[in-house]
Amino acid sequence: MSEVVLETRGLLKRFGGITPTNDVSIQVEKGARRALIGPNGAGKTTLINLLTGVLEPTAGSIWLDGQDITQLAPHKRVRRGVVRTFQINQLFGELTPLQSLGLAVASHLGISGGWWKPLGSDARVAPACETLLAQFHLSDVMNQPVKHLAYGKRRLLEIATALACEPRVLLLDEPVAGVPEGERQEIFDIVNALPADVSVLLIEHDMDLVFNFASSVTVLVNGAVFAEGDVQAISNDPRVKAVYLGESTEERAHG
Amino acid sequence: MSAVAQALRAHARWRWWELATFAALVLSWLLLPGQSLLLNEIAILALFAVSLDLILGYSGIVSLGHAAFFGIGSYAAALFAKLVMPDPWVGMVVAIAVAALLGALCSVLILRGSDLTRLMVTLGVASILYELANKLDWLTGGADGLPGVVMGPLRTPFGAFEFDLGGRTAYAYTLFVLILCVLLARRLVHSPFGTSLQALRDNRLRAASIGLSVNARLVVVYTVAAAIAGAAGGLLAQTTGFASLDVFEFHRSAEVMLVLVIGGTGYLYGGIFGAIVFKLLHDLVSAWTPQYWNFWLGLFLVILVLVGREKLTRPWTWFGAKR
Repeated sequence: MSEVVLETRGLLKRFGGITPTNDVSIQVEKGARRALIGPNGAGKTTLINLLTGVLEPTAGSIWLDGQDITQLAPHKRVRRGVVRTFQINQLFGELTPLQSLGLAVASHLGISGGWWKPLGSDARVAPACETLLAQFHLSDVMNQPVKHLAYGKRRLLEIATALACEPRVLLLDEPVAGVPEGERQEIFDIVNALPADVSVLLIEHDMDLVFNFASSVTVLVNGAVFAEGDVQAISNDPRVKAVYLGESTEERAHG
Repeated sequence: MSAVAQALRAHARWRWWELATFAALVLSWLLLPGQSLLLNEIAILALFAVSLDLILGYSGIVSLGHAAFFGIGSYAAALFAKLVMPDPWVGMVVAIAVAALLGALCSVLILRGSDLTRLMVTLGVASILYELANKLDWLTGGADGLPGVVMGPLRTPFGAFEFDLGGRTAYAYTLFVLILCVLLARRLVHSPFGTSLQALRDNRLRAASIGLSVNARLVVVYTVAAAIAGAAGGLLAQTTGFASLDVFEFHRSAEVMLVLVIGGTGYLYGGIFGAIVFKLLHDLVSAWTPQYWNFWLGLFLVILVLVGREKLTRPWTWFGAKR
């Protein structure tokens, strides 16, 4: 088994009487393509929020490269390579896609605090932006304010912005939500083309995409890990079928 | 250079109207020698408004107490000239430093909470300083203010100039500080740091999610804005030879906000254009109807907000066919 990059130990989150994350201990290996699935309200997004530091856990700890990062501020986790996308677009409305990506690249390079030279004066920024703009079909709208972009383009920018930070651990929260069927595979192709040592944790409801993309799956139910294993094992697990996959795989199998 | 690299740097390119604005400012000194006192007031208000734009327009921090920094700069410059030495340049540096220090201290107050919290907290800070200046009358002269601030000559590479009653030296000095601060602010807003301010204004959650330290940036920009506001306050004390409680008053904080409402936020020059329109309007209307000028100013603001600045500044679109 390869080296563990990101790990949680007994992670617990309570909001009053609700426990959206209940004693979750998972390990994400280097280069993993892991899917995180579960019914609505299973605590998938909460887990991502805990991993990225948006929420503070009630108990338990989070480890990155063998170091405890439970108390680390969100932006510092990003600098260590834990980068996420959001289920609901979180973008910079007044900036252009190019500025957004340029800023993310500058942040990754550690030059986003520079206050004298214009953004883009560093020769490494523009080529990185150019690649991402082309990959995500944003080149033609790169100078329009983000708030004026169509939803599909904004969704692409959402993911491109995360990739601009050159993640080592990428957390994708329903990356293709609202993206037309035909373009979904394209986004996954880009994610698949990431370097082999990048670990990806994916929340996704489309089981075809999950089974195409992931090599291992963690199933969350009611905030707790319900099952874990490789794609084959999970897709054949009768308990998982019962709580989650049930009908849809049956239909697919017959259809 | 690739198209992307060019587009990335295009934001920082000089526009013709920016150069025209600077040229107009310099020309106003040359061509309107009789108006220097009014122009000096306008330039000070413009600088004050530019400083508010950095936090309001670029960083999305609302403040109803920006006069705190204007006022502390004003008193710092006046006291320094009275008690230590009358040199304006040194006094300016002191005013900026004191205001920056206060800004850095107060910046922790604006990191948390909502816009409403920030409005109240900033308002509170300005009120506290007002009352302090009022009570510490052995130092500040209390409600009587600090009269008789005598400035030394303005030493320049072209010789030393006394501050004259007509305000020629004063306006040249103010213009110099204004242009210098705007040029510095211009570099700042087009830099990665400036872009990150706009990013965190639009979405703090995402700004942190691309690795930006939101709080550290807010502390820095608040301190810089306070420093520039302090420079504006220092200019007022130095060029009028007077500091009074009025510099801390609520109406100053509100006025500078109005200036930005008139001139527009988030493009750096709104403060300059707004200050010109506001002061000229004030001057014209109060000459015409000294008692009711507030009425006309209010009416103007209502129209401005209802019609929109875009439309109001483009009269040729007023009578076009409706689309």
